[in-house]
Amino acid sequence: MDNNAGTKSSLGWAVNISVVVLVLLWLIPTVGLLVSSFRDRDQISASGWWQAPFSVDLTFRGRASTSGMEQQNGLYVIEGNIFADAEVADRFPDGEGTVIAFGTRGAAPSQYTAGETVELRRGGTLTVNTDGSFRAENAEEFSGQGPRIYILAETPPDLTLNNYATVLTGKNELERKNAIEQGQTFRQLLFADEGLFINFVNTFTVTIPATIIPILIAAFAAYALAWMEFPGRGLLIAAVVGLLVVPLQLALVPLLNLHNQVGIGQSFVGIWLAHTGFGLPLAIYLLRNYMVGLPRDIIESAKVDGATDFQVFMKIVLPLSFPALASFAIFQFLWTWNDLLVAKVFLPSSAETKVMTVKIADDLLGSRGGDWDILATAAFVSIAVPLIVFFTMQRYLVRGLLAGSVK
Amino acid sequence: MSPLLQGVLTILIGVGGCVGYFYASNLFLDKVLYPASGPNIGRNINRANRIRPWLFLMPAVLALGLYLVYPVVGSFYRSLFNRAGDEFIWFGNYTSMFGDAEFREAFVNNLLWVLVVPAMSTFLGLLVAQLTDRLSWGNIAKSLIFMPMAISFVGASLIWKMVYSNNPDIGLINAIIVFFGGEPVDIMLIPFWNNFFLMVILIWIQTGFAMVILSGALRGIPEETIEAAIIDGAGPVQIFFKIKVPQIVGTIMVVWTTITILVLKVFDIVYTMTSGNFGTQILPSYMMSYMFRDDGRATAVAFVIMLVVLPVMIWNIVQARKEMR
Repeated sequence: MDNNAGTKSSLGWAVNISVVVLVLLWLIPTVGLLVSSFRDRDQISASGWWQAPFSVDLTFRGRASTSGMEQQNGLYVIEGNIFADAEVADRFPDGEGTVIAFGTRGAAPSQYTAGETVELRRGGTLTVNTDGSFRAENAEEFSGQGPRIYILAETPPDLTLNNYATVLTGKNELERKNAIEQGQTFRQLLFADEGLFINFVNTFTVTIPATIIPILIAAFAAYALAWMEFPGRGLLIAAVVGLLVVPLQLALVPLLNLHNQVGIGQSFVGIWLAHTGFGLPLAIYLLRNYMVGLPRDIIESAKVDGATDFQVFMKIVLPLSFPALASFAIFQFLWTWNDLLVAKVFLPSSAETKVMTVKIADDLLGSRGGDWDILATAAFVSIAVPLIVFFTMQRYLVRGLLAGSVK
Repeated sequence: MSPLLQGVLTILIGVGGCVGYFYASNLFLDKVLYPASGPNIGRNINRANRIRPWLFLMPAVLALGLYLVYPVVGSFYRSLFNRAGDEFIWFGNYTSMFGDAEFREAFVNNLLWVLVVPAMSTFLGLLVAQLTDRLSWGNIAKSLIFMPMAISFVGASLIWKMVYSNNPDIGLINAIIVFFGGEPVDIMLIPFWNNFFLMVILIWIQTGFAMVILSGALRGIPEETIEAAIIDGAGPVQIFFKIKVPQIVGTIMVVWTTITILVLKVFDIVYTMTSGNFGTQILPSYMMSYMFRDDGRATAVAFVIMLVVLPVMIWNIVQARKEMR
């Protein structure tokens, strides 16, 4: 139906534009994180992520090496191209680049513009051209390894998966290279428990049972509350609704004490039980709402044919309730995956049992507060799986939300 | 043993144990205790059916009782004891807590959160739901605005920490300020207003939730009412405020209360962004700062949060009882 009967098309444009603006506002922060996670550390600190597709001006350090020294007309001359220098070359693989400025001292790496001829501190002159070619002249022999050259050059955008390897193994590029030269494989580095990978595995270990167990328990309970007659049913349903809003904080201290007393302590078993308990009210509520709506005829005719409640549940109600089960499963998965509070309290605080959220919030933010290459990548590793689940299963998520709250 | 293998094994044990219980207990009831055969078959079936609901419910009731009912009592009881837990001090934790300036700050800030976040999320959610309703690409727009729902509070905090960064080469906001010739500011250090910048993060996450539910409700409005209004000459703005909104007030209330309850639980954002410093403390993160240090104080804070939530809880139960047949 078109309720814009009397409206002009200008309003249609206004709607389109304002939705575009809103969507951009919502999307840009996440895009920034995603782009940053693929950028090199130097590039992140040199320019904003929104400039990632453009080149960045970075300083490099090379040397006019005395190994290329020649004598011309009584002068000692070193000629060459700075982009071919071993210290610079790895960022300019094709040996070409654009020099904007250069310098002879580390303290002033971009003192002179390209093409100028300047005095060297230890005597002689130096010229660096835009294309990177340089010429150093001196009346005497150049001493040592040769004069240092600092350049400010345009660096092409460099998107890499390097940050991901660093975050997952906990070792930077050099450390990884050394370890692999010593005969370790990348897989061994992943499982060496030093990077985020172990926390990634832990998050899965917490999440999967903490999603499946409450579904099982809640499905049986929801069936009993929807289709079985027994005294106290209404009271139980009211209790479930009430428990929906009990703040989690209340449970932390008494339950941790209880876990410690019965010997579970801070462990995976403890956190599964905790997540199960905290997730149950919503699970029972959603599933019961859905099951009540199933056609009465099917269930009653099955019972007339001699099926027990257990059989009715397993063979009829459970398969029919799949959409509701799926939507709760997504909720619980997202909730347990993203949880920080329960994991902080119910899991031990040692490095090898931490989940990703705790590792990021407690360790990385503390020790790596300004290292946006590490932080952005770690954050993206932790939100990648929920995002995949979200975009593939969105249909069920929306259906579950609507079943739970729209009457 | 590799952590992956260990994980898979523990998953199998946990889930297997659960499936095993339901299967074995029903088998026991049907085959051993009251078998549906022999001379007493009719009586046995009836008895089995009287017990079965409780077999189905037992794990759920036990888990709910232990993990949600017991803590309400347990926390309150614990909050009456001193830090070590060996001396009964009546409401000593509460009185010393109310005397603590940081607690009062957290309480006031939390009040701000409870007022601003649900209101803004619901408002923006309603706005987006209405704007995207007739748009050809509305579903894509909704999907993108709904997306932060999948992102953890920690992840979202990092995303926004980057936006708020005081380095104009990292933070988008400071980049804009510098672009227009201003000086970069540290957004998390602006007194009072930093609270609102933190709230933005939760609003960013929750708007999608409000939008999905409200857009469902908008679709459920009977079309005759809107048609009648158009015939009577109402414009789109009038239709929205005078015809649509009054019909979905119930759903708006549900969204509002759901987000309100969430606001009282979320400690992650403040914990990750400021650790409660610079005047941004809220109750849940105030509680976490006493967790593991002073259980008496921590449970007292938790109980205060419970008291704040209580009216919502009662309202929910009343509503649910009304709807039940």
